[in-house]
Amino acid sequence: MSVQPVSCALSKFILERGALDGAPMKILIVEDDLEAAAYLTKALNEAGMVTDHASDGDIGFYMATENSYDVMVIDRMLPKRDGLSIVSALRERSIDTPVLILSALGQVDDRVTGLRAGGDDYLPKPYSFSELLARVEVLGRRKGTRDNDTVYRVGELELDRLAHEVHREGHKILLQPREFRLLEYLMKHAGQVVTRTMLLENVWDYHFDPQTNVIDVHISRLRSKIERDFDTPLLHTVRGAGYILKAES
Amino acid sequence: MVLRTTAVRLSALYFLLFLICALVLVFYISGLTSRILTDQTQELVHEELELLGRAYRTGGITLLISHIDRRSRQPGANLYIIAAPNGQVIAGNVESIQAGVLDKQGWTETPFTYGRFTQTPDTPIHTALAEVILLPNGMRLLVGRDLKEPTQFRSLVRGSLALALGMMVAGALVIWFFLGRRALRRIERMSRASEKILAGDLSQRLPIQGSNDEFDRLSESLNAIMARIESLNEGLRQVSDNIAHDLKTPLTRLRNRAEAAMASGEDVEDFRTALEQMVEESDQLIRTFNALLMISRVEAGSSAAEMGRLDLSQIARDVAELYDPVAEEAGVTVSTEIEDGVEIEGNRELIGQALSNLVDNAIKYSAHRKPEARVAISLETGEDTAVLAVADNGSGIPEDDRAEVVKRFVRLDKSRNLAGNGLGLSLVEAIMSLHRGRLEFSAADPDAEKWPGLRARMIFRR
Repeated sequence: MSVQPVSCALSKFILERGALDGAPMKILIVEDDLEAAAYLTKALNEAGMVTDHASDGDIGFYMATENSYDVMVIDRMLPKRDGLSIVSALRERSIDTPVLILSALGQVDDRVTGLRAGGDDYLPKPYSFSELLARVEVLGRRKGTRDNDTVYRVGELELDRLAHEVHREGHKILLQPREFRLLEYLMKHAGQVVTRTMLLENVWDYHFDPQTNVIDVHISRLRSKIERDFDTPLLHTVRGAGYILKAES
Repeated sequence: MVLRTTAVRLSALYFLLFLICALVLVFYISGLTSRILTDQTQELVHEELELLGRAYRTGGITLLISHIDRRSRQPGANLYIIAAPNGQVIAGNVESIQAGVLDKQGWTETPFTYGRFTQTPDTPIHTALAEVILLPNGMRLLVGRDLKEPTQFRSLVRGSLALALGMMVAGALVIWFFLGRRALRRIERMSRASEKILAGDLSQRLPIQGSNDEFDRLSESLNAIMARIESLNEGLRQVSDNIAHDLKTPLTRLRNRAEAAMASGEDVEDFRTALEQMVEESDQLIRTFNALLMISRVEAGSSAAEMGRLDLSQIARDVAELYDPVAEEAGVTVSTEIEDGVEIEGNRELIGQALSNLVDNAIKYSAHRKPEARVAISLETGEDTAVLAVADNGSGIPEDDRAEVVKRFVRLDKSRNLAGNGLGLSLVEAIMSLHRGRLEFSAADPDAEKWPGLRARMIFRR
């Protein structure tokens, strides 16, 4: 079977994101569908990541305990040992490598059970690759998290999390509470692509399909507030994937 | 074959139980009456003996014999015997007596036979109970009473009980024959109807007699099940037809686009644009499939979704806020009237999805009226309900079409040119029935002729 080419939206995604700083991210893929695994491996490699692949639950668990990874992508339904039990067994051994669970199971609350088992994020199949890559990157960078920073800075843009204030080039920008949270999330993951569903999940805390381009409109409002009176754009659209906040390099 | 039916087996069992009870009753009652009568006899005999004993003590044997003589002549008199110490009968009204009765003092434990002077030879042998005492001079005195009366009484009781029992058995048989056979015939008719249903005729229904008895009620609920199966079956058929039809269109478009790009594409940039469009179209297709899957998951029932206490007011505010910029961009004014702190049992994601579908529709179908376009989101509580409503002032849905629009892939003609997959309201409907609530449509402003608008109400139980 031939490996599908990585979509053009994705290559653009990789292009937009720019080069990764530091050592490449190490990813473990536990997936029994070999075609899907090969596609995933190729795409993650193209994105500059190093991957290992395990084709069943036992091997996956063994590799997860023996080696150290930045992120693990684990399919939920696997031969020999199912994905959720791998995750809970890893958590019991205090291995808290971020895990992205993939699932084709058809239940309304798959997401809840997946996260409850110790997964850090959850993606239902069929997923778009840019969605998966964006989530893997966010999970991988979580280690050097900015959670403790009280001020986020991107270029001249400054967001003070305690004072709830945003400044650009010294000018104060007034934002609605939701716009503030949106910008906060984008700045926390500055330089990383965030997808619309990630925004809906993390800023609004909902996981449903909002039909229309609701997120896009929120973004364009925010964009007009942080970019209107300034020369350089900060908030960029990545076609077919989502958005990225970064200072022009 | 009839003997093997449940009705016959049950009847036989009850009949047997009834028979045993009745027999026990007969024997108990007759035994009880005869004991009471025997006690009475003993008492009477004993009193008489005491009387005669007193007579003997005051007047000696002569007075005793004259007493006995007088008493013997009365109608229905007791039995009297005075016997010499050697056992020879001296006086009394008894001609012959079963041997050995006089030898023992006290009560004769068992009835004995005797004959009277007065009776003719062909009268049957009588039985009696008696008490014998020893007089001081060595003579024996016997006083007894005939058992004819108690025996007669006892057989009377037995006879009448047996008669009543017989009548009951006969009655039960008659009732069983008419009622049981009738019931069997109805069951027979029901199984014939179900055989036809099994053979594939889903429009068949079980017969209903109109008597509203348990057979009718059983038939009614089975018929309701049949109707449900029929409509589900019909729905399934329609859905698969619609899926095939509605998914063919975008797939064809996708294919045509690829073909066109291959035929006319000159440079990489052209191909890239074409491919990007195709990715977008595939994403749209995936969303349609996801929506379809979501509907069937939700319809699969409450086991699939986690229910919990949730703040409906918060969801209403969240969705209103989420859609506000979209509405503003479309030129639609959104107003909210949301009661605070309304809590229900439910699934937050699903209710959020349902409300966002309704708001999305309301904006979509009223936007062409801008700048007059209005959408109102409201949440209010009734006695035991919470009503989350979305109203718009667009062209509304004609009353006849309101039941249609919740079906999968149904899109009214005038909405065909707007984006959408015809699954939004189906999902809302499925979510509402999962929450044991309902989705109702009405005109937002029934008096307005041109723009009646639509009010969609999600009615939850609290």
